[in-house]
Amino acid sequence: MATTADTMKLKAHEAHGAHHDADHKPGFFVRWFMSTNHKDIGTLYLIFAIVAGIIGGSISGIMRMELMHPGIQYLNHAWPIGAGTAAGFDEQLHHWNVLITAHGLIMVFFMVMPAMIGGFGNWFVPLMIGAPDMAFPRMNNISFWLLIPAFLLLLGSTFVSGGTGLGAGTGWTVYAPLSTSGSAGPAVDMAIFSLHLAGASSILGAINFITTIFNMRAPGMTLHKMPLFVWSILVTVFLLLLALPVLAGAITMLLTDRNFGTSFFDPAGGGNPVLYQHLFWFFGHPEVYIMILPGFGMISQIIATFSRKPVFGYLGMAYAMVAIGVVGFVVWAHHMFTVGLTMETKMYFTAATMIIAVPTGVKIFSWIATMWGGSITFETPMLWAVGFIFLFTVGGVTGVVLANGGVDNYMHDTYYVVAHFHYVLSLGAVFSIFAGFYYWFPKMSGKMYNELLGKLHFFVMFIGVNLIFFPQHFLGLDGMPRRIPDYTPAFEKWNEVSTYGYMVMAAGMVIFFVNIGWSLFAGKKAPDNPWGEGATTLEWTLSSPPPFHQFSTLPKIS
Amino acid sequence: MLLSPTQVTGVRMKLIAWAIALAAAGLSPAAAQTPQAAQPQPAVTAPASAQPQSPEGAAASTPGKANPSAVTTTETGVGQALPETQIGMPVKAGTGLQEQVTDVGRFAAGFHNNWLLLLCVVISLFVLGLLGFTMLRFRRGANPTPSRTSHNTALEVVWTLVPVLILVAIAIPSMRLLKTQYTPPPADVTVKVTGNQWFWTYSYPDNGGFEIVSNQLKEQKDVKPGERFRTDKDGPPMLAVDERMVIPAGKVVKFLVTSNDVIHAFWVPAFWSKIDANPGQVNQIWVKVDRPGVYFGQCTELCGARHGYMPTAVEVVSPEQFDAWIVSKGGTPKGAKPAATPAAAPATAEPAAATPAVASSAEAQPATNQAVTAQN
Repeated sequence: MATTADTMKLKAHEAHGAHHDADHKPGFFVRWFMSTNHKDIGTLYLIFAIVAGIIGGSISGIMRMELMHPGIQYLNHAWPIGAGTAAGFDEQLHHWNVLITAHGLIMVFFMVMPAMIGGFGNWFVPLMIGAPDMAFPRMNNISFWLLIPAFLLLLGSTFVSGGTGLGAGTGWTVYAPLSTSGSAGPAVDMAIFSLHLAGASSILGAINFITTIFNMRAPGMTLHKMPLFVWSILVTVFLLLLALPVLAGAITMLLTDRNFGTSFFDPAGGGNPVLYQHLFWFFGHPEVYIMILPGFGMISQIIATFSRKPVFGYLGMAYAMVAIGVVGFVVWAHHMFTVGLTMETKMYFTAATMIIAVPTGVKIFSWIATMWGGSITFETPMLWAVGFIFLFTVGGVTGVVLANGGVDNYMHDTYYVVAHFHYVLSLGAVFSIFAGFYYWFPKMSGKMYNELLGKLHFFVMFIGVNLIFFPQHFLGLDGMPRRIPDYTPAFEKWNEVSTYGYMVMAAGMVIFFVNIGWSLFAGKKAPDNPWGEGATTLEWTLSSPPPFHQFSTLPKIS
Repeated sequence: MLLSPTQVTGVRMKLIAWAIALAAAGLSPAAAQTPQAAQPQPAVTAPASAQPQSPEGAAASTPGKANPSAVTTTETGVGQALPETQIGMPVKAGTGLQEQVTDVGRFAAGFHNNWLLLLCVVISLFVLGLLGFTMLRFRRGANPTPSRTSHNTALEVVWTLVPVLILVAIAIPSMRLLKTQYTPPPADVTVKVTGNQWFWTYSYPDNGGFEIVSNQLKEQKDVKPGERFRTDKDGPPMLAVDERMVIPAGKVVKFLVTSNDVIHAFWVPAFWSKIDANPGQVNQIWVKVDRPGVYFGQCTELCGARHGYMPTAVEVVSPEQFDAWIVSKGGTPKGAKPAATPAAAPATAEPAAATPAVASSAEAQPATNQAVTAQN
């Protein structure tokens, strides 16, 4: 909260146009290492997410290289992740499992979540509701800094024994008993601690966002006037708050099973490995909505801005997200259709899962209706947003296929599932992150990005990711299981195409980084509102970048 | 896109046929099969011909070279049948589901190919078209003044209810499929499938309990001189095994699936269903494969380092060949009385479907014929 003194100084200098004293920043170390400023912490989160994304994305590059042709070509090399030469055949294959595990965990916990919630959430929730900062600035700081040791623990786990070889090779789901009796050595313990810390970080962040959104809205900003991005974060953090403790419990049980002789998941001691799956997916399914809901929010803002129209069906959009969040808690066992459930259980989870398609459909159609009648321009953020709508639809309809318990008997754990969840995450969540990044880059940095490079980035990525993931539907239908480093030659063609797609995608990412670098150093100065009359949320009323402390005098919403 | 234009028309044709079949039969092949299964069956693949689609028809309708000589089994001996390309294994650069060889699988594949896939394509194209039209029609150049419309209750009700109706139209056949999968006819043969790191074992508890250990066959360059390596007779690389599971065609086979260590998953794509092999739990699925042949699958639950290296191969043979194979493994065909334990088999006094030779060879075996063929 701004002090009285700040407010007075601000008033005294208002004539100069710049919020000079509100912009007084501490020294480098205090500013970036002991930060309590939501914008700086948001920036730290974004940098962290980019670093993690580069690592997680490089791992998928190794995976795609290996999968390009049948046989083992690259696993016998030393890679930064799972360092050291993989000596024997089994160590090489274990190394594969380490790669898939690290890719999944990094992308979920250290790329998508920090970017969306920690990055854009921190930056723009206070700005959009007219608050000076987050409710608990110091807790905000610890939320971020918990992620660093969490990430280091995960990366470090790849240097210690995980049983067959170095690193945790359990898959991101960490299923028992592979993760208990099946993985000796400290690697899995380190990965579990990593998840504990990342989970604690997210729970603290969730508490902070809930308090901020409920208590610090500017006068007149009722819940039903909040921008949809704030709504999306609100729903997301409730999911986090309710789901993550279950994960924490489940992995703590793993930990005691591994080290202290309990047998929660060990049938020899009266336990049940399926119990772990229920606990994990009770967290895991809300988690997938945690990864996409903030994206929904960003897309809503962007579509409305560039269509120069208010969002169509605002209340329907907000409560569709609430509905997705609520129903998202009662569909978890569709990840476990082949585990040996009863017919009635499968029927229930089939029906409940399909219901989610309804609010999702409402969102898709409302976005199109927002565009309908608009005066649309296609700046880079809008391209990503429109790309998101279509690709998320494709990922959504294959989700309806997978929702059918009887059909999932075939699809489960094949590349069809891989294609599906990458369409909603890699082409859904990541597209929305890029959309948000380009949308808010001028606000965050004070510089305009390069429009040509931005558009080029979009088109190259669009082609690349579709080339990667569309053929994976074919592989799944043809029967290729997930999580295998080698395959029968019949699968070669589509795997090869998929790997070419990765190369295209990687070229797109190069364009992205060139664009960031170029814009930060040579970009044009961004105006307060570069997007025109469609950008109606509060962050566009501030300077670009916003002053270090904003809204010392709270804005009034009519 | 998902389908080429020619395929789309094919899909529509099939959709109509499928809809008729659905309406006519109530889509419960298992139910249709049940009364038959209660009878002692003639020991030939004949019962399958009671189905609208005969096994020969299914084979002939496959695209490309339909190899009629699935019956090479007899020439090469049970357990070493030549696999057919295109059947029971992934199709090179394939884009669709593997050819199904069970009624349930054909029902499920039809549900996917003719209904779900069609909906996927139609909905995706609808959204794409709508997006494209909106982008063109309402671009700034064409529509400089935006409207302020942000509500239309009727429209919102429509796009809530229409998806609900579509989902109901998916849910009804989906529930039928589940019901069919979970309504097994009485089993003729039971195979206990056990996952291990990293191989499968198959035992036949009703046929003396002997056990087959099934390991992946390595390529020639990966084995020591003198060791057995994979040839094309065994099957495709990565999928071929040294000892196949053998089951009879046209009979209901129950798989009892469990694991000795971590979780594995048992799956033969041509039989449709997969099921996890959980330690401490026995899961059950059933199949009735109507055409002889060799069918390959892979473990589909991450189970450690060699997860990608534990394939499944199932050889489906005629019931006579199956009984002969049981005997050759030291087991007792169903119905043939194990000589040493006459009182042990009272209830299942079915007439022996097998040849007399089986019974005579069975009495030479000890009562519990276990671990006869455990080998590598």
